[in-house]
Amino acid sequence: MASTPDVVDEDAALAAEAALEVRHHHPSDRTYILVALALGVLTAIEVGLYYLKSNKSITVTLLVLMVIKFVIVAAFFMHLRFDSKIFRRLFMIGVFGASTLYTIVLFMFGVFHV
Amino acid sequence: MADLTTAPDHGPAAGAHPVDHTHATATGVSNAKLAMWAFLGSECLLFGALISTYMLYRHRSVSGPVPHQLYDIPFTSVSSFVLLMSSLSMVLALSAIQRGDEQRCRVWLATTALLGATFISGQIYEFTTFIRRGMTIKTNVTSGAFFVLTGFHGVHVTLGIIMLLSLVGLSIRGKIPQSKAEVIEIAGLYWHFVDIVWVIIFTIIYLIP
Repeated sequence: MASTPDVVDEDAALAAEAALEVRHHHPSDRTYILVALALGVLTAIEVGLYYLKSNKSITVTLLVLMVIKFVIVAAFFMHLRFDSKIFRRLFMIGVFGASTLYTIVLFMFGVFHV
Repeated sequence: MADLTTAPDHGPAAGAHPVDHTHATATGVSNAKLAMWAFLGSECLLFGALISTYMLYRHRSVSGPVPHQLYDIPFTSVSSFVLLMSSLSMVLALSAIQRGDEQRCRVWLATTALLGATFISGQIYEFTTFIRRGMTIKTNVTSGAFFVLTGFHGVHVTLGIIMLLSLVGLSIRGKIPQSKAEVIEIAGLYWHFVDIVWVIIFTIIYLIP
């Protein structure tokens, strides 16, 4: 199937942009070790919070720490911070799609209360 | 069709890892890597469904012990830490192959598989303890949701271990040179995903009352 010159230009531009993006360097081993240490510390904080008297603020803090750990692993170990934006977008569609869908479902079944 | 010759799979930038230039793609990124990311995006829906099911049923059991009465948080915390550290060894394996150090790559891959096996052993021990204390998959809806969720995750980790050991075998036979570092990277993406799913499970299922 023939394409118009505009489509060809758009494809070429997208390809050039993507190729440029993947040329970024991945982090050094030292950075990976520091990231792993940070994850270990965050996990220790989480476990420490578990033993405190449970209340809403502890729950919120645990959720925030969970999100931070998620983002750190995805950004550094999975290289989403350094790789092509296409990967980031693709993964985010899954993450936000699932989060939105199941949050709505849990609200509907009364698991969360406003 | 668009002219694809302008779209290299990966650019050979100075200092960046050399990769296999077998074909060009319309997006400029590797199709295999793109497929893995699409797969991981779809896996979010699978695990989202399983976690939601657990949350839906966690306070609806009318009989028998429920998971949160039996949790051994210090033990599970150590398991979680082991899985987190396996992500570090995985990424060090990738870093080694990108430098062309195949020997070190194999060591890190084997370490990752070993840490994964340690995590799975911990999960088997935990399941056995729960069953011995009277909580099976059929005891109540909460236990059913718990076993299905953590069991599915365990199956993913086990598949990851098989994948890692296969990579070690292929590497020993010289089939994963520096130019094919992307193979390790793709396996790593799967492994890290399994890790971040556990980050969520550990917090939502174990730590939040």
